[in-house]
Amino acid sequence: MKEVLDDIERWHAAGHRVAVARVVGTEGSSPRDPGATMAVNDAGEVAGSVSGGCVEGAVVQEALAILAGEKERGIVTFGFSDDEAFAVGLTCGGTIRLFVEPLDW
Amino acid sequence: MSRYEELRDALRAGEPVALATVIEGPNLGAKLLVRPDGGAEGSLGDENLDRVVARDARGELEAGLTSTRHYGAHGEARERDVSVFIESFALPPRMIIFGAVDFTAALAKVAKVLGYHVTVCDARAVFATVLRFPMADEVINDWPDRYLAKVGDELGPRDAICVLTHDHKFDVPAIAGAVKTGVGYLGAMGSRRTHEARRERLRDAGLTEEEIARVMSPIGLDIGARTPEETAVAICAEVIALRTGRRAQSLRDTAGPIH
Repeated sequence: MKEVLDDIERWHAAGHRVAVARVVGTEGSSPRDPGATMAVNDAGEVAGSVSGGCVEGAVVQEALAILAGEKERGIVTFGFSDDEAFAVGLTCGGTIRLFVEPLDW
Repeated sequence: MSRYEELRDALRAGEPVALATVIEGPNLGAKLLVRPDGGAEGSLGDENLDRVVARDARGELEAGLTSTRHYGAHGEARERDVSVFIESFALPPRMIIFGAVDFTAALAKVAKVLGYHVTVCDARAVFATVLRFPMADEVINDWPDRYLAKVGDELGPRDAICVLTHDHKFDVPAIAGAVKTGVGYLGAMGSRRTHEARRERLRDAGLTEEEIARVMSPIGLDIGARTPEETAVAICAEVIALRTGRRAQSLRDTAGPIH
């Protein structure tokens, strides 16, 4: 969270709305530990990362859908254990669980 | 102030804090910001759940851990109605380096890359200067044993002490002070022969065999390091290996999970 604060502050000052995705669980081999954070604003700008670049694109889509009110906050899983997210797996073969939510708190 | 603003201010002020978020169950997204001194702001939607999570969050914060925990709706153990993600924003682990030498500058640099709060301490005022160690968080001009008597109680398993003084006059009191602390890593520079002689001096200083066995010396992993920079990598790699309990071989030559 600390590494994305400056960007969030800048976006808030410019009137952007922001969503935050945090790694809340991992299984097997995964590049980032729980707590790794990525922030996305309503213009699609990104700060921070939650993997080695494997799932960031999909997380941006998820965050934008939440900011647009098309989806509710919640857990998103990427990795081999989730059939739906099969296409966007981690190259290292592990699984990560992200909690994605609007920064409305 | 919102939870986010409170968190932001705490992080910017370098204050330890834990953020608990409901990630599954009722009140999805609810937040509780927990301070180590007993204070907490916000609510997860249930008074008893708040109390139990605040207690657990303080434990996690103290250990520097971040994890997801499961509770009953009112904080009951062994139930799974609510999943709470507890994120610790602990103070960075500390590395205290005794001896203001060339190796110290390289070690301080690598330790900073790894996220350590780095203190350089030397009793010789001409060597222990901010000018020589601009990368260190603090440069202390004091005797190692006197400095450790001041800060030793604050040190724990995440912290490291490296004795690079290379001079019995300083490294014996430094090691004698360091073994009384709870640091996870204690290393001392010197050849095998130097350390053999030092063992004797440490025994004479009243250290037990168990205490002497805590000292990693010669310091660092066996990677053939020669320069101060290479030695710094060898030392930091040993600090990591000791923390994770690994034998530090090449991953190619081992099997099993890599994290």
